[in-house]
Amino acid sequence: MQDKLSDQEATRYSRHLLLSQIGEGGQIKLKNAHAVVVGAGGLGSPVCLYLAAAGVGKITIIDPDTIEVTNLQRQILYKTNHVGREKAQMAANQMQALNPLIQVQAIGKKVENCNFEQVIKDATAVLDCTDNVSSRYFINQICVQAQVPLISAAAIRGEGQFMMFNFKQQTSPCYHCVFPDLDGDEAGLNCSNAGVVGPLLGLMGSKQALEFVKYVVKPESCSFAKLTVIDIWSEQNRQFNLAADPACPVCTAPEL
Amino acid sequence: MQLKINGQTVEVTETKSLLDVVKEFGASAPFALAVNGQFVPKSQHESWNLAEQDSIEILSPVQGG
Ligand SMILES: [Zn+2]
Repeated sequence: MQDKLSDQEATRYSRHLLLSQIGEGGQIKLKNAHAVVVGAGGLGSPVCLYLAAAGVGKITIIDPDTIEVTNLQRQILYKTNHVGREKAQMAANQMQALNPLIQVQAIGKKVENCNFEQVIKDATAVLDCTDNVSSRYFINQICVQAQVPLISAAAIRGEGQFMMFNFKQQTSPCYHCVFPDLDGDEAGLNCSNAGVVGPLLGLMGSKQALEFVKYVVKPESCSFAKLTVIDIWSEQNRQFNLAADPACPVCTAPEL
Repeated sequence: MQLKINGQTVEVTETKSLLDVVKEFGASAPFALAVNGQFVPKSQHESWNLAEQDSIEILSPVQGG
Protein backbone atom coordinates (compact mmCIF):
# COMPACT_ATOMS: atom_id res chain seq x y z
CA MET A 1 0.00 0.00 0.00
CA GLN A 2 1.29 3.41 -0.99
CA ASP A 3 0.01 6.37 0.96
CA LYS A 4 1.18 9.36 -1.00
CA LEU A 5 1.69 10.75 -4.50
CA SER A 6 5.03 11.84 -5.91
CA ASP A 7 5.36 15.39 -7.29
CA GLN A 8 5.34 13.90 -10.78
CA GLU A 9 2.06 12.11 -10.06
CA ALA A 10 0.49 15.14 -8.44
CA THR A 11 1.19 17.13 -11.63
CA ARG A 12 0.05 14.41 -14.02
CA TYR A 13 -3.20 13.79 -12.16
CA SER A 14 -3.88 17.41 -11.21
CA ARG A 15 -7.28 17.45 -12.99
CA HIS A 16 -8.38 14.59 -10.76
CA LEU A 17 -6.97 16.21 -7.67
CA LEU A 18 -9.19 19.25 -8.27
CA LEU A 19 -12.33 17.13 -7.88
CA SER A 20 -13.91 16.78 -4.46
CA GLN A 21 -14.99 13.22 -5.31
CA ILE A 22 -11.43 12.15 -6.18
CA GLY A 23 -8.81 14.50 -4.75
CA GLU A 24 -5.49 13.25 -3.41
CA GLY A 25 -7.13 10.50 -1.36
CA GLY A 26 -8.97 9.09 -4.37
CA GLN A 27 -5.89 9.30 -6.58
CA ILE A 28 -3.93 7.32 -4.00
CA LYS A 29 -6.71 4.71 -4.05
CA LEU A 30 -6.38 4.54 -7.85
CA LYS A 31 -2.62 4.12 -7.45
CA ASN A 32 -3.24 1.13 -5.19
CA ALA A 33 -5.91 -0.39 -7.44
CA HIS A 34 -5.50 -3.38 -9.75
CA ALA A 35 -7.69 -3.59 -12.86
CA VAL A 36 -7.88 -6.88 -14.77
CA VAL A 37 -9.03 -6.24 -18.34
CA VAL A 38 -10.04 -9.28 -20.39
CA GLY A 39 -10.08 -8.58 -24.11
CA ALA A 40 -7.94 -5.95 -25.85
CA GLY A 41 -10.36 -5.25 -28.70
CA GLY A 42 -13.02 -2.62 -29.29
CA LEU A 43 -14.05 -2.32 -25.64
CA GLY A 44 -10.64 -3.11 -24.20
CA SER A 45 -9.01 -0.28 -26.17
CA PRO A 46 -10.75 2.65 -24.48
CA VAL A 47 -10.77 0.76 -21.18
CA CYS A 48 -6.97 0.31 -21.23
CA LEU A 49 -6.26 3.84 -22.41
CA TYR A 50 -8.51 5.53 -19.85
CA LEU A 51 -7.42 3.35 -16.93
CA ALA A 52 -3.74 3.90 -17.74
CA ALA A 53 -4.25 7.63 -18.17
CA ALA A 54 -6.24 7.82 -14.93
CA GLY A 55 -3.34 6.36 -12.98
CA VAL A 56 -4.67 2.94 -12.03
CA GLY A 57 -1.54 1.54 -10.37
CA LYS A 58 -1.63 -1.94 -11.83
CA ILE A 59 -3.35 -3.06 -15.02
CA THR A 60 -3.39 -6.63 -16.36
CA ILE A 61 -4.49 -7.11 -19.96
CA ILE A 62 -5.41 -10.58 -21.23
CA ASP A 63 -5.92 -11.40 -24.93
CA PRO A 64 -4.66 -14.27 -27.10
CA ASP A 65 -5.21 -12.60 -30.48
CA THR A 66 -3.05 -10.75 -32.97
CA ILE A 67 -3.95 -7.43 -34.56
CA GLU A 68 -5.75 -7.56 -37.90
CA VAL A 69 -6.42 -4.74 -40.32
CA THR A 70 -10.21 -5.16 -39.81
CA ASN A 71 -9.70 -4.32 -36.10
CA LEU A 72 -8.48 -0.81 -36.84
CA GLN A 73 -11.96 0.56 -37.57
CA ARG A 74 -12.69 0.50 -33.81
CA GLN A 75 -9.76 -0.81 -31.75
CA ILE A 76 -8.14 2.54 -31.03
CA LEU A 77 -5.16 1.11 -29.13
CA TYR A 78 -3.53 0.07 -32.40
CA LYS A 79 -1.88 1.74 -35.39
CA THR A 80 -1.70 0.47 -38.96
CA ASN A 81 1.90 -0.69 -38.56
CA HIS A 82 0.88 -2.91 -35.61
CA VAL A 83 -0.98 -5.41 -37.81
CA GLY A 84 0.28 -8.93 -37.12
CA ARG A 85 1.59 -8.13 -33.61
CA GLU A 86 0.20 -9.57 -30.37
CA LYS A 87 -2.66 -7.54 -28.92
CA ALA A 88 -1.90 -8.02 -25.23
CA GLN A 89 1.74 -7.01 -25.58
CA MET A 90 0.95 -4.10 -27.89
CA ALA A 91 -1.82 -2.89 -25.56
CA ALA A 92 0.64 -3.04 -22.65
CA ASN A 93 3.25 -1.11 -24.66
CA GLN A 94 0.72 1.58 -25.51
CA MET A 95 -0.41 1.90 -21.88
CA GLN A 96 3.15 2.06 -20.64
CA ALA A 97 4.01 4.73 -23.22
CA LEU A 98 0.96 6.72 -22.15
CA ASN A 99 1.80 6.40 -18.48
CA PRO A 100 5.22 5.15 -17.33
CA LEU A 101 4.22 5.64 -13.66
CA ILE A 102 1.95 2.58 -13.59
CA GLN A 103 2.62 -1.15 -13.70
CA VAL A 104 1.27 -3.06 -16.70
CA GLN A 105 1.13 -6.81 -17.23
CA ALA A 106 0.39 -8.48 -20.59
CA ILE A 107 -0.98 -12.04 -20.80
CA GLY A 108 -1.16 -13.29 -24.38
CA LYS A 109 -3.37 -16.29 -23.59
CA LYS A 110 -7.02 -17.21 -23.59
CA VAL A 111 -8.57 -16.22 -20.28
CA GLU A 112 -9.53 -19.87 -19.74
CA ASN A 113 -5.84 -20.89 -19.89
CA CYS A 114 -4.13 -18.11 -17.93
CA ASN A 115 -4.66 -19.25 -14.34
CA PHE A 116 -7.30 -16.57 -14.02
CA GLU A 117 -8.11 -17.35 -10.34
CA GLN A 118 -4.54 -16.44 -9.49
CA VAL A 119 -4.49 -13.37 -11.76
CA ILE A 120 -7.54 -11.81 -10.07
CA LYS A 121 -6.53 -12.68 -6.51
CA ASP A 122 -5.63 -9.07 -5.63
CA ALA A 123 -7.85 -7.45 -8.31
CA THR A 124 -10.03 -4.49 -7.42
CA ALA A 125 -12.42 -5.47 -10.24
CA VAL A 126 -12.47 -7.35 -13.53
CA LEU A 127 -13.52 -5.60 -16.74
CA ASP A 128 -15.08 -8.03 -19.22
CA CYS A 129 -14.32 -6.74 -22.73
CA THR A 130 -14.49 -10.12 -24.47
CA ASP A 131 -16.39 -10.97 -27.63
CA ASN A 132 -17.69 -14.47 -26.95
CA VAL A 133 -20.08 -16.20 -24.59
CA SER A 134 -17.80 -18.96 -23.32
CA SER A 135 -15.25 -16.43 -22.06
CA ARG A 136 -18.03 -14.33 -20.55
CA TYR A 137 -19.42 -17.35 -18.67
CA PHE A 138 -15.94 -18.36 -17.51
CA ILE A 139 -15.02 -14.87 -16.25
CA ASN A 140 -18.37 -14.54 -14.48
CA GLN A 141 -17.99 -17.87 -12.70
CA ILE A 142 -14.48 -17.17 -11.43
CA CYS A 143 -15.43 -13.65 -10.30
CA VAL A 144 -18.46 -15.02 -8.40
CA GLN A 145 -16.26 -17.61 -6.66
CA ALA A 146 -13.51 -15.11 -5.83
CA GLN A 147 -16.04 -12.36 -4.92
CA VAL A 148 -14.32 -9.91 -7.26
CA PRO A 149 -16.62 -7.22 -8.75
CA LEU A 150 -17.32 -7.57 -12.48
CA ILE A 151 -17.83 -4.67 -14.89
CA SER A 152 -19.26 -6.11 -18.09
CA ALA A 153 -20.08 -4.48 -21.41
CA ALA A 154 -20.91 -5.69 -24.90
CA ALA A 155 -21.77 -4.15 -28.24
CA ILE A 156 -22.91 -5.25 -31.65
CA ARG A 157 -24.34 -3.32 -34.63
CA GLY A 158 -25.77 -0.24 -32.89
CA GLU A 159 -26.71 -1.94 -29.62
CA GLY A 160 -24.78 -1.81 -26.38
CA GLN A 161 -25.33 -3.46 -23.01
CA PHE A 162 -23.71 -2.64 -19.68
CA MET A 163 -23.89 -4.49 -16.35
CA MET A 164 -21.94 -4.23 -13.12
CA PHE A 165 -22.00 -6.80 -10.33
CA ASN A 166 -20.61 -6.56 -6.82
CA PHE A 167 -20.04 -10.18 -5.85
CA LYS A 168 -18.98 -9.10 -2.37
CA GLN A 169 -22.73 -8.70 -1.78
CA GLN A 170 -24.31 -12.09 -1.09
CA THR A 171 -27.54 -11.27 -2.93
CA SER A 172 -25.88 -10.05 -6.14
CA PRO A 173 -27.15 -11.53 -9.37
CA CYS A 174 -24.54 -12.65 -11.91
CA TYR A 175 -24.12 -12.63 -15.70
CA HIS A 176 -25.46 -16.18 -15.86
CA CYS A 177 -28.67 -15.14 -14.05
CA VAL A 178 -29.36 -12.61 -16.81
CA PHE A 179 -28.40 -14.74 -19.82
CA PRO A 180 -28.49 -18.39 -18.72
CA ASP A 181 -29.03 -20.10 -22.07
CA LEU A 182 -26.34 -18.81 -24.41
CA ASP A 183 -24.38 -22.05 -24.56
CA GLY A 184 -25.58 -23.06 -28.00
CA ASP A 185 -25.25 -19.49 -29.21
CA GLU A 186 -21.55 -19.69 -30.05
CA ALA A 187 -22.33 -19.34 -33.74
CA GLY A 188 -24.55 -16.34 -32.98
CA LEU A 189 -23.99 -12.72 -33.83
CA ASN A 190 -20.58 -11.17 -33.32
CA CYS A 191 -18.77 -8.11 -34.59
CA SER A 192 -17.19 -10.01 -37.49
CA ASN A 193 -20.45 -11.30 -38.95
CA ALA A 194 -22.91 -8.59 -37.87
CA GLY A 195 -20.74 -5.49 -37.77
CA VAL A 196 -20.56 -2.75 -35.16
CA VAL A 197 -20.40 1.04 -35.21
CA GLY A 198 -16.87 1.97 -34.10
CA PRO A 199 -17.58 4.81 -31.66
CA LEU A 200 -20.21 2.69 -29.86
CA LEU A 201 -17.29 0.67 -28.45
CA GLY A 202 -15.84 3.95 -27.21
CA LEU A 203 -19.09 4.76 -25.43
CA MET A 204 -19.41 1.34 -23.78
CA GLY A 205 -15.70 0.94 -22.94
CA SER A 206 -15.52 4.45 -21.51
CA LYS A 207 -18.51 3.58 -19.32
CA GLN A 208 -16.61 0.54 -18.02
CA ALA A 209 -13.47 2.59 -17.26
CA LEU A 210 -15.59 5.32 -15.68
CA GLU A 211 -17.40 2.90 -13.39
CA PHE A 212 -14.06 1.33 -12.39
CA VAL A 213 -12.74 4.75 -11.36
CA LYS A 214 -15.98 5.52 -9.49
CA TYR A 215 -15.87 2.14 -7.76
CA VAL A 216 -12.33 2.81 -6.54
CA VAL A 217 -12.85 6.37 -5.30
CA LYS A 218 -16.53 6.36 -4.28
CA PRO A 219 -18.09 2.88 -4.43
CA GLU A 220 -21.41 4.06 -3.04
CA SER A 221 -21.89 6.05 -6.26
CA CYS A 222 -22.00 2.88 -8.42
CA SER A 223 -25.24 1.30 -9.58
CA PHE A 224 -24.81 -2.43 -9.23
CA ALA A 225 -27.16 -5.07 -10.60
CA LYS A 226 -28.65 -2.95 -13.35
CA LEU A 227 -28.72 -3.71 -17.06
CA THR A 228 -28.37 -0.64 -19.26
CA VAL A 229 -29.34 -1.11 -22.90
CA ILE A 230 -28.34 1.45 -25.48
CA ASP A 231 -29.67 1.67 -29.02
CA ILE A 232 -27.83 4.34 -30.98
CA TRP A 233 -30.31 4.49 -33.86
CA SER A 234 -33.51 4.93 -31.87
CA GLU A 235 -31.65 6.80 -29.07
CA GLN A 236 -33.78 4.81 -26.63
CA ASN A 237 -31.66 4.02 -23.62
CA ARG A 238 -33.31 1.70 -21.13
CA GLN A 239 -32.30 0.49 -17.69
CA PHE A 240 -33.54 -2.56 -15.80
CA ASN A 241 -33.12 -3.67 -12.21
CA LEU A 242 -31.58 -7.11 -12.13
CA ALA A 243 -32.26 -9.80 -9.55
CA ALA A 244 -30.54 -13.09 -8.81
CA ASP A 245 -32.23 -16.18 -10.18
CA PRO A 246 -32.72 -18.57 -7.26
CA ALA A 247 -32.19 -21.37 -9.80
CA CYS A 248 -28.85 -20.01 -11.09
CA PRO A 249 -26.25 -22.79 -10.89
CA VAL A 250 -23.38 -20.27 -10.81
CA CYS A 251 -24.19 -17.80 -8.04
CA THR A 252 -26.61 -19.72 -5.86
CA ALA A 253 -24.68 -21.03 -2.88
CA PRO A 254 -24.37 -24.80 -3.37
CA GLU A 255 -23.99 -25.68 0.31
CA LEU A 256 -25.15 -24.09 3.62
CA MET B 1 -55.95 -8.08 -20.62
CA GLN B 2 -54.01 -5.27 -22.23
CA LEU B 3 -50.19 -5.34 -22.07
CA LYS B 4 -47.28 -3.57 -23.66
CA ILE B 5 -44.48 -5.57 -25.26
CA ASN B 6 -41.44 -3.57 -26.35
CA GLY B 7 -43.67 -0.52 -26.33
CA GLN B 8 -46.35 -2.10 -28.51
CA THR B 9 -49.87 -2.61 -27.12
CA VAL B 10 -51.15 -6.19 -27.22
CA GLU B 11 -54.31 -7.91 -26.04
CA VAL B 12 -53.98 -11.34 -24.40
CA THR B 13 -56.25 -13.81 -22.63
CA GLU B 14 -55.91 -13.83 -18.84
CA THR B 15 -54.55 -17.34 -18.51
CA LYS B 16 -51.32 -17.07 -20.44
CA SER B 17 -47.93 -17.18 -18.72
CA LEU B 18 -45.30 -14.50 -19.31
CA LEU B 19 -43.34 -17.03 -21.36
CA ASP B 20 -46.33 -17.87 -23.58
CA VAL B 21 -47.11 -14.21 -24.11
CA VAL B 22 -43.63 -13.32 -25.34
CA LYS B 23 -43.38 -16.47 -27.47
CA GLU B 24 -46.68 -15.63 -29.09
CA PHE B 25 -45.30 -12.14 -29.71
CA GLY B 26 -42.47 -13.77 -31.67
CA ALA B 27 -39.57 -13.84 -29.22
CA SER B 28 -37.11 -16.65 -29.86
CA ALA B 29 -34.52 -17.81 -27.33
CA PRO B 30 -32.10 -16.69 -26.06
CA PHE B 31 -33.66 -13.61 -24.47
CA ALA B 32 -34.01 -11.93 -21.11
CA LEU B 33 -37.31 -10.50 -19.91
CA ALA B 34 -38.23 -7.50 -17.80
CA VAL B 35 -41.66 -6.46 -16.56
CA ASN B 36 -42.15 -2.81 -15.60
CA GLY B 37 -38.39 -2.28 -15.53
CA GLN B 38 -37.72 -5.27 -13.27
CA PHE B 39 -35.77 -8.20 -14.66
CA VAL B 40 -37.64 -11.52 -14.35
CA PRO B 41 -35.27 -14.50 -13.88
CA LYS B 42 -35.66 -17.35 -16.33
CA SER B 43 -36.86 -19.80 -13.69
CA GLN B 44 -39.89 -17.50 -13.16
CA HIS B 45 -40.83 -16.94 -16.80
CA GLU B 46 -43.58 -19.54 -16.63
CA SER B 47 -44.93 -18.79 -13.18
CA TRP B 48 -44.85 -14.96 -13.36
CA ASN B 49 -48.29 -13.41 -12.92
CA LEU B 50 -49.04 -10.65 -15.40
CA ALA B 51 -51.32 -7.77 -14.54
CA GLU B 52 -53.32 -5.34 -16.65
CA GLN B 53 -51.11 -2.70 -18.32
CA ASP B 54 -47.86 -4.49 -17.49
CA SER B 55 -45.01 -3.38 -19.72
CA ILE B 56 -42.86 -6.27 -20.94
CA GLU B 57 -39.43 -5.83 -22.50
CA ILE B 58 -37.74 -8.59 -24.48
CA LEU B 59 -33.96 -8.19 -24.40
CA SER B 60 -31.67 -9.99 -26.80
CA PRO B 61 -28.20 -10.78 -25.52
CA VAL B 62 -25.29 -8.80 -26.93
CA GLN B 63 -21.86 -10.41 -26.73
CA GLY B 64 -19.55 -8.49 -29.06
CA GLY B 65 -16.60 -6.61 -27.74
ZN1 LIG C 1 -26.31 -16.15 -11.15
